[in-house]
Amino acid sequence: MHMADALVAPAVAGAMYVCSTGACAQSIKNVRLENDPRKIPTMGVMGAFVFATQMINFTIPGTGSSGHLCGGMLLTAMLGPSAGFLTMIGVLFIQCLLFADGGLLALGCNVWNMAFYGCFVGGLLLWKPIMKNGFSRAKIAFASVLACVLTLQLGAFSVTLETLASGVTELPFGVFVLAMQPIHLAIGLVEGLITAAVLLFVYEARPELLWGNETAKESKLSFKATISTLVATAVVIGGGLSLVASSNPDGLEWSMEKVAGTSELEATGFFHNLSALIQEKTAFLPDYAFRGSESALGTSFSGVVGGAIVIALCIAACYAFRFFKKKA
Amino acid sequence: MNKQTQAIHNIHEADELAQRDSFLISLHPLSKLLVTIVYIMTVMSFHKYDWNGLMTMSLYLIIIMITGELSLLGALRRLKIVLMAVFFLGIANPFFDREIAYSIGAYQIRFGMISMLTLFFKAAFAVFASYILIKTTSIEDICYALQKLHVPSILITEIMLIHRYLIMMLRETQRMFQAYQLRAPGQKGIHYSAWGSFVGQLLLRSMDRAQRIHDGMLLRGFQGTFYPNIRTYRVGFSILYAALWCIAIITLRLVPLFTIIGRIVIH
Repeated sequence: MHMADALVAPAVAGAMYVCSTGACAQSIKNVRLENDPRKIPTMGVMGAFVFATQMINFTIPGTGSSGHLCGGMLLTAMLGPSAGFLTMIGVLFIQCLLFADGGLLALGCNVWNMAFYGCFVGGLLLWKPIMKNGFSRAKIAFASVLACVLTLQLGAFSVTLETLASGVTELPFGVFVLAMQPIHLAIGLVEGLITAAVLLFVYEARPELLWGNETAKESKLSFKATISTLVATAVVIGGGLSLVASSNPDGLEWSMEKVAGTSELEATGFFHNLSALIQEKTAFLPDYAFRGSESALGTSFSGVVGGAIVIALCIAACYAFRFFKKKA
Repeated sequence: MNKQTQAIHNIHEADELAQRDSFLISLHPLSKLLVTIVYIMTVMSFHKYDWNGLMTMSLYLIIIMITGELSLLGALRRLKIVLMAVFFLGIANPFFDREIAYSIGAYQIRFGMISMLTLFFKAAFAVFASYILIKTTSIEDICYALQKLHVPSILITEIMLIHRYLIMMLRETQRMFQAYQLRAPGQKGIHYSAWGSFVGQLLLRSMDRAQRIHDGMLLRGFQGTFYPNIRTYRVGFSILYAALWCIAIITLRLVPLFTIIGRIVIH
């Protein structure tokens, strides 16, 4: 959808520069008000990311053809409309200079057609209201597809108007619109699906990175759910899977048996004898079984108890770490 | 050569060319930017049937391309992207604008054909002009020119960052894409089942990288503005260059030089 310089008259280009400059000034003001020092480097790297991903072809199922990402909606969903808009300006500027995709004179038009609609209309009028009451997979998918389709339709319609106002083509308005809108409907749909797939991945992996969802917990599992899962896993592994644990010696025992002829080395001396005595008195499940018993229940019970002790120790260590970290 | 490799090649080529030792490169970037903008605006201001006048604008391109030792093939290669869109619009003109402009023997040339040709040439001239600019001026220099034009620093910093990390991101994408293609030979593009995870992984890595870059920038004393690497420019020559070319371009716009010379020769 990049417009070439040849498609715009200087008057139209000037008018669109004025419109885009207005949006740009407002975006700069918004980004400055946000006062997030990490924003600018993030915008730069994200701009390079969008540029690079635009060169990847995505297979469109059932058509044999492929499409690519435009990135306006993706940037908005990650950075917010203002930062996304400024990033898109940078991308379009470099594209027109380095790759002749667009033009210096048509830059105002391209910024308006691709960045303004994608970031402000897509971000503020669609993404934000849809996500107002919280994020969900269905909402993200719906918002991405709807925003991409709608903003691309608006962009394509603007291209038609700007070209006709420039008087460079003899195509009648109706024919031009009919040629532009359906093809961009298909493109928008594909872009929407790609954007949705990427944003859903981000939502699953790092939900706090999505714009408007910064307060989301890093992990979607709550503390209680995490602890319950860990306990359940420990019970299953310790109590169930330990029954099928191999009775053969482990690697270290096996090596010792090969070298020394026995898997348990005898050590003598005061300290060794003392420690053996303490271990004998405190170990309530020697060799992972009840004292004097070789029962399977004893082995299972060992697994459960061991798991509980390790989890408790782990939690205690984590809290201790947090406590000392706060103090430091 | 795939898209990523081609893009990396283009960026390297532009950077290398802009580092050469030549008169055009030693000029202040603002003068070159100004001349380019004046030239493109002038070219676009020609009427759709005024192909004769438009042709005089080729003089600027010819002179700069030859004196600047720039590759015509490289410029033509850039043209293919633009021509696709222009072709779609221009090709309709002969069918809708069928009024006869000239008759050469049995052949009739319609206004639609002339406007189509004019459109193609306008597109080509604009692309050539921006090609000249980028091959004689690095992105850093252009950012410096934008700074002189009081473009907000936030925008300049961001353009420079995008350019700086572009090659790195392109290489990373290229590696991932190559790895994917090796696992899925003969497949055209990324399968839809991997759309999210493929780009998503790259996206998350980019965000983390941005964080590391920001930390690195802070350690080096970054305070929100990224200053271009300013070189020594021939300021006097630059002013003269910009003034002369602007006058020449406007003169060529007002005076149909080719027509006048043609009439003199014929008569």
